[in-house]
Amino acid sequence: MSEFRSDRWPKQTETMSGIIGKKIGMTSVFGADGKYIPCTIVQAGPCVVTQVKTKDTDGYEAVQLSFGERKEKHTSSAMAGHFKKSGASPKRKVVEFRHFPELPALGSEIKVDLFAEGDFVDVIGTSKGKGFQGVVRRHHFSGVGMQTHGQHNRLRAPGSLGASSDPSRVMKGMRMGGQMGARRAKIQNLQIVKVMPEQNVLIIKGAVPGHNGSYVIVEK
Amino acid sequence: MDLIKVAGEAMVEKREMPDFKAGDTVTVYYKIIEGNKERIQQYQGVVLQRKGSGISETFTVRKISNGVGVERIFPLYSPKIDKIQVDKRGVVRRARIFYLRNISGKKARIEEKKS
Repeated sequence: MSEFRSDRWPKQTETMSGIIGKKIGMTSVFGADGKYIPCTIVQAGPCVVTQVKTKDTDGYEAVQLSFGERKEKHTSSAMAGHFKKSGASPKRKVVEFRHFPELPALGSEIKVDLFAEGDFVDVIGTSKGKGFQGVVRRHHFSGVGMQTHGQHNRLRAPGSLGASSDPSRVMKGMRMGGQMGARRAKIQNLQIVKVMPEQNVLIIKGAVPGHNGSYVIVEK
Repeated sequence: MDLIKVAGEAMVEKREMPDFKAGDTVTVYYKIIEGNKERIQQYQGVVLQRKGSGISETFTVRKISNGVGVERIFPLYSPKIDKIQVDKRGVVRRARIFYLRNISGKKARIEEKKS
């Protein structure tokens, strides 16, 4: 069984490296054929390796990267001690990456030159919060669709939640209103338009989850 | 540091463009690629507005084609624009002359600037 699982996607043997960045905002640029491309500017890295986990010490292999300056007075002493081990200044965002192709040294820097133009990446962020939303906005229900014929205040109602005495309960996973957005979201297969090593900037085709200024993870 | 500006300018070449504004009549020479052949199409009309700033600036050109009003929006720094030629300088009192859409005939004339 375990063998079968390890073959399933995503493959555990697959290598995947990444970097932490900050979403700056969106703009449009012209591609090689003169087409207008909407793209997101991400300031990515340089990230410091603050911990290297190995099979011997932790039972699995992983790399912990840190990004974004944090004031010393706002750092808990536990985290301050952790950063001291790698010789890094206190950072705001700490993320663990598994399946790096090769384990980097403690305290070394990971930069945007990890990526090349044309690479396909996945971007993870916290999506914009939309608050408590009804089913029409949250799950694209069509609503009642009529304003007359007895509709009084039911225009955006979900309708029936299921059958009656059999099963005499609401099925699990029934789509209803609730909190929308402000959760971890991953957009897959975004193409890198340009890498700018001097400015530590990635230009990524398409949109990326989250507000401007929020932290994102770019995975290759 | 405005990274959006820095990144955009690294991608898009800011070419020298003639100075024009709303009310001017311009001819846009636009490259069209058909298969592997490239030709240049001319589009002449009145500039309704210039919008945006930096590399993402656009302008709207309106013309009357076979009695039907046609508006086209061009990105100012698009590599597909071969050149922009200013034919007439018009005198208008606002930066966005959308009122031109609602009038036709003699009323839609724009007075030419005397140099």
